[in-house]
Amino acid sequence: MQELIEGRVWTLGRDVDTDQIISGKYLTIIDPNELKKHVFEIALPEFAQRARPGDILIADENFGSGSSREHAPQAMRAVGVGAVVADSFSRIFFRNAINLGIPTIEARGVRALFETGDTARIEMRAGRVTNVRTGRSVDFPPLPPHLLGLLEAGGLVEKVRRELAARKAPGTGTP
Amino acid sequence: MSRSNGHGATLAEKILARASGLEHVVPGQIVEGNVDLAMMHEQGAQTVAPFHQMGATEVWDPERVVIAIDHWVPASTEGAAVLHRILRKFAAETHLSHFYDVGQHGICHQILAENGWVVPGDLAVGTDSHTNMLGAMGAVAAGVGPTEMAAVLALGRLWLKVPPTVQVRVRGQLGHGVTAKDLVLRILGEVRTTGAAYKAVEYTGPTIGRLSMPERFTICNMTTEMGAKTGMVAPDSKTFDYLAGIAKHPMHPLKADPDASYERTLEIDVDGMPPMVACPYSPDNVRPLTEVVREHVKVDQAFLGSCTNARIEDLREGAAVMKGHRVAKGVRLIVSPASTAIYEQCLREGIIQTFTEAGAVFTSSSCSACFGGNMGILAPEEVCASSSNRNFPGRMGAKEARIYLMSPAAVVATAIHGEVSDPREFL
Repeated sequence: MQELIEGRVWTLGRDVDTDQIISGKYLTIIDPNELKKHVFEIALPEFAQRARPGDILIADENFGSGSSREHAPQAMRAVGVGAVVADSFSRIFFRNAINLGIPTIEARGVRALFETGDTARIEMRAGRVTNVRTGRSVDFPPLPPHLLGLLEAGGLVEKVRRELAARKAPGTGTP
Repeated sequence: MSRSNGHGATLAEKILARASGLEHVVPGQIVEGNVDLAMMHEQGAQTVAPFHQMGATEVWDPERVVIAIDHWVPASTEGAAVLHRILRKFAAETHLSHFYDVGQHGICHQILAENGWVVPGDLAVGTDSHTNMLGAMGAVAAGVGPTEMAAVLALGRLWLKVPPTVQVRVRGQLGHGVTAKDLVLRILGEVRTTGAAYKAVEYTGPTIGRLSMPERFTICNMTTEMGAKTGMVAPDSKTFDYLAGIAKHPMHPLKADPDASYERTLEIDVDGMPPMVACPYSPDNVRPLTEVVREHVKVDQAFLGSCTNARIEDLREGAAVMKGHRVAKGVRLIVSPASTAIYEQCLREGIIQTFTEAGAVFTSSSCSACFGGNMGILAPEEVCASSSNRNFPGRMGAKEARIYLMSPAAVVATAIHGEVSDPREFL
């Protein structure tokens, strides 16, 4: 996880639920590279075509509500989304995104500061999101150490892999 | 008069303390909770790759894992067939014998309930967002994603932030033809889709005490639409009667302290409450059904199904309305029971015949039309009355399609008239 994340912004409205991120008809797709072709088909149709790795999503309240489908953050990770920032998140989406290693930040009032095409700068530990164009910023409570640790490991898979490896080889120093 | 700001523990806090082996926990605290039951449906197929990437080879406790496929049963696309095959292979390799495959299938939450897989005091997780339904057993039951589930299968535990609890206390008598679905819609109208985000919702009060377990399932189920981590009812004699002879593991019945500290308490009085309906495009866009009826909202499809409302009691209510009437010309009524056991019960009671003779289609048990990915899919501008739980844009197909959420009886009354209708004229 980088301490400073900067990227081009795409804005989204409130209550963007998982049906609007990845529609139910695509739920049998497992390959993230196939999934990413359909990401935001309902909420932001031009995104799948034009998004670049490192782009930052900035949404209003209750982002990712609805189903538990991990297809939604999977598709975003496949695009290479640099971070997702929202006024608030739905809890399963938040967990899924952090577990996949996507910096996911709840910052009250953030949506009002941005337009699509702006550049956002996120200071993960200081807890600040700044619109580079306007200079306006909003502070957020930094993620707790437990979740920063998860992001630093690159996500839950890597964190558990290390734990299981340590369990199998106690005291040998093998990673 | 209960105090909302006491120092006692809520039901959710007690269960999470037990799960994490701690004396007590407080909201905001991050704990590692030992899982009593893990459930996977088709999304579990995405659990297999991360499970292997973690270097895991064995499931922590195969006796605590249930697989219940429900979204595409039997497989209706090649993609779904592949998901099912991945799960079958994984189950064989890791010795997961509790697999409710085609023939024993049902909606995953109903499978857990009717087979006693979740009991009072449990911490249960499932790969579906409506896992909340099992909180009606007096458990903390929450939805998780497949990567999270891979970690649960490997370790038998997961991290949880202890949620603050919102108490919803309900009193009064539900009127004739007014159901648990109408009650939960009413609550959603007040709590809204974000009002319980990250929180536990505990339903209390005399009205909740009188509700049957299936009615409590309906209410806890739609707690998901309030954004909650879990919705729950403290166990009582109804819980113990329901689980008698079917509980799969020992219970740890817990209840909130009398001076439990709730973040807030919402008081609901249901005396005189009419049936309710959630209008497009959000489950919290709730209005009295009587108001919407006056607007003559024509429908193309009516759906009686889903984990929210497709138990035998729901189908009996629907059949009682259906009997002696026909589905209106130009309307498609789809009825899908929540499990194979319920399907068989419908067969014995003549419910299938009642519906098919009236011009409805009675399907095998599955999630069916609820999620817009298998059958009963809506075209643009079409309108559907549904006993399910979500009506967001695109939920049942085209993003322009309009979905009205209501009780099973109201769905059938609507199918008979071809427009949103009040079921009480049929009861």
